[in-house]
Amino acid sequence: MNLAKHWRQKGTYYLFQGQRHKTTGEIRFPARPPMLGERADDWLPTVLSGKGEIYSFTVLRQAATEFESATPFALALIRLAEGPMITAQLTDCAEEDLFIGQPVEMVTRLLRRPTDKDGVLVYGYKFRPVLSSPS
Amino acid sequence: MQHVSIVGTGSAPVGEHYTRTLEDLALEALSAALQDIAPALDLSHIKGLYVANAMGEVLAWQAHLGAFLANAAGLSGIEAFRVEAAGASGGVALRQATLAVAAGVADLVAVVGIEKATDRLQGYQELGMALATDSSFEAEHGITLTAQWAMLMRRYLHQYGYTADVFAPFPVNAHANGRNNPHALYRFGINAEKYRKATQVASPLNMLDCATLADGAAVVLLASEGLARELGGNYVRIAGSGLATDTLALHARSQPLLLDAARRSVDQALGQAHLTRADIDVLELTDPHGIAAALALESCGFVEAGQAPAYAAEGQITPTGNTPIATAGGYKARGDVGGATGVYQIVELVRQLCGEAGPAQVARAQVALAQCLGGVGSTAVTHILVAPEKGV
Amino acid sequence: MKQPEQPVGVIGYGVYIPRYRIAGREIARIWTDGQNVPPVESKSVPGPDEDTITMSIEASRNALARAAVPAEQLGAVWVGSESHPYSVKPSGTIVAEALGTTPWISAADWQFACKAGTEALTAGMGMVSSGMSRYVLAIGADTAQARPGDALEYTASAGAAALVIGPADESLAVIEAMVSYVTDTPDFFRRADRPYPVHGQRFTGEPAYFHHSRSAAQRLLEDLGRTPDDYTYAIFHQPNAKFPQAVAKQLGFRPEQIAPGLLSPQIGNIYSAIAMAGLAATLDVARPGDTILMVSYGSSAGSDAFSLRVTDALLERRPRAPLTATYLARQEFVDYAIYVKWRNELVLG
Repeated sequence: MNLAKHWRQKGTYYLFQGQRHKTTGEIRFPARPPMLGERADDWLPTVLSGKGEIYSFTVLRQAATEFESATPFALALIRLAEGPMITAQLTDCAEEDLFIGQPVEMVTRLLRRPTDKDGVLVYGYKFRPVLSSPS
Repeated sequence: MQHVSIVGTGSAPVGEHYTRTLEDLALEALSAALQDIAPALDLSHIKGLYVANAMGEVLAWQAHLGAFLANAAGLSGIEAFRVEAAGASGGVALRQATLAVAAGVADLVAVVGIEKATDRLQGYQELGMALATDSSFEAEHGITLTAQWAMLMRRYLHQYGYTADVFAPFPVNAHANGRNNPHALYRFGINAEKYRKATQVASPLNMLDCATLADGAAVVLLASEGLARELGGNYVRIAGSGLATDTLALHARSQPLLLDAARRSVDQALGQAHLTRADIDVLELTDPHGIAAALALESCGFVEAGQAPAYAAEGQITPTGNTPIATAGGYKARGDVGGATGVYQIVELVRQLCGEAGPAQVARAQVALAQCLGGVGSTAVTHILVAPEKGV
Repeated sequence: MKQPEQPVGVIGYGVYIPRYRIAGREIARIWTDGQNVPPVESKSVPGPDEDTITMSIEASRNALARAAVPAEQLGAVWVGSESHPYSVKPSGTIVAEALGTTPWISAADWQFACKAGTEALTAGMGMVSSGMSRYVLAIGADTAQARPGDALEYTASAGAAALVIGPADESLAVIEAMVSYVTDTPDFFRRADRPYPVHGQRFTGEPAYFHHSRSAAQRLLEDLGRTPDDYTYAIFHQPNAKFPQAVAKQLGFRPEQIAPGLLSPQIGNIYSAIAMAGLAATLDVARPGDTILMVSYGSSAGSDAFSLRVTDALLERRPRAPLTATYLARQEFVDYAIYVKWRNELVLG
């Protein structure tokens, strides 16, 4: 069971917080410590919009332990509206509904179904096809 | 770089070795390699043991494999350590051993590639491989290496307008060649029709386009030029070695379909060998899926971007083509042996360069290229091997 | 009747309903060979990655989007539910963290069967009215449990609703007054270490649901000197499709008054969220000046009744987040096997 590992990611996992460069405005995700040569205040925390589109996706049927009871589930490379690309699970969708270029939006979900009854629950970002209003 | 000769090779059959231990498999491969230098030299002449292993902690419940295997081989006391660079471990260990010999630190060393995978069930095997990703932002989200290749495959199909079955020639070639390799995991052929009907593992990758992780051990013995001369034999030599790295996270790359580290490691290795791509007669690549082989061929400059499926369909990746790959079955038929892969690749290419590859022999093979990747090309190692008779 | 000293109201509202549904007749197929009339047409089913916390987060994000109140100005995040994922560890801290409201807030979980959400709302009114906080987020959310085959299985469903409470002059609906009516009436309960609740069958009806709902509603109407005709809309707790319609009739409300907020026929009983989600669905169609009576019910047992008056601000804020109808429309039906798989009824190790 990882406690501190997930806890220190909560800004990233829960709030979908990345970083904005204070002069260039460039966005990076996930947030990371200053790289060599960067000053501690070069990059400021910023909450991203959670909007993006699918760059590619797969539906996985042979998963790593802790994800085995969740199969099949969809994973995607997502190009965020702010520029960076990320890896995330897709949720609330069927494989036949998905396509490259599809607009998606961030939701906060259980990242995996707990297999350890005494384990901490891990929540984080996933993406779903953008909700459409009934016409 | 001083020339380094490969004076011995050996391997254990790739398989589900439920009755056998990690050290048992490693010693079988080591014994086989020692046959090549007997009776002039024996175990006692080995001055260093470079152990390549990717997932010992997760899958074999054993770390510290350098001292562990030195002790198991009766070599306690010599320099021995484990090299870990995920799927590239074998190539990185080979490079470290090559550099040690070239630097004159030792005149005879052994590279032992070992992966004991089948003590754990599939979920842990997938986890072991997935930990080669940027785990907090990839593995923690359920990603596996297969899922990453699958996403690259879908993007590739989208970008170039193909359907999934264009990748069939890759596993078909691998299985055709694996039939003749007594150490291959799968020794049966498949065809495009079976490929089309195979069930999905990570769409669009199907069962017949996904390698199986299995147990394996392979050894190469490297000697200095001087020692090789004393041995009196003509040996395959390592003429070039290159290693490059890329982002651990696939999503962090500006062009995910370009395996940049793979390309740079080839450039380095060829530059060191003073050879060009046109000189390469046979290759071993990281090819657990057709898309992986295709992207390696394209990224490394052997095929134009977007052309690998057509190129494979022409038969150019078979033993009679321009760039034969997987002549011993590749990842798909030989089996994915994790950190041992880079060493198995050398065992096969030495066979090719010595004209001992049987039905999969590439005619007049003089120069070979071995490349193995850690993760989806986050580490790439390339070695250029030349045949004994080729004067380079 | 309780009235806030400083007037308060709803600044923002949000709802969340999962994408999945199971039809009542599909459950009947398994347990009665189809030989019964299900109490609702269908009910919502949480996806395998959803729980009270995730649904609370989305409903709250919708509420905050409508309120346009910066998250850090909230004084409390209170989650009412009978299906908190942890027995010990608040849902509220996780929800608050995901909204960006931490650390200078109160956060806690409330439990009162199906009226835990309106208990949080009541406390929030007091917190705002007293001046201790300018804004409070009150959430009702549940992934309700039911023993397989039990009558409850047809209705126990999942959803969330969130209300941002604040000063009346900033509100989209002023909360004029409320009444809470509570007794020890054991019609439905779940012991601490048990997975499924038990219920008293017909005992859950007249002495429990109807008595408490009527008592709270009638007292509030009396104290305000109003009749059902003074209200544009009304929402009652919805354990099934029949009870809310019956109690509305007993009190003298017409079917069209409760129609916009009557969600149970489509999504079942989303427990702590159902009355507040009914309010959200009503606000989705209400106009400035409309009056709304909301009456929750929580088993074992109590009812909270609230009187609201819609302001002009509703029209501007309503489009800032998805309407309840958006969530209702995206329904995807699953069969009983998938439902069982996702509800963790299978032993997967």
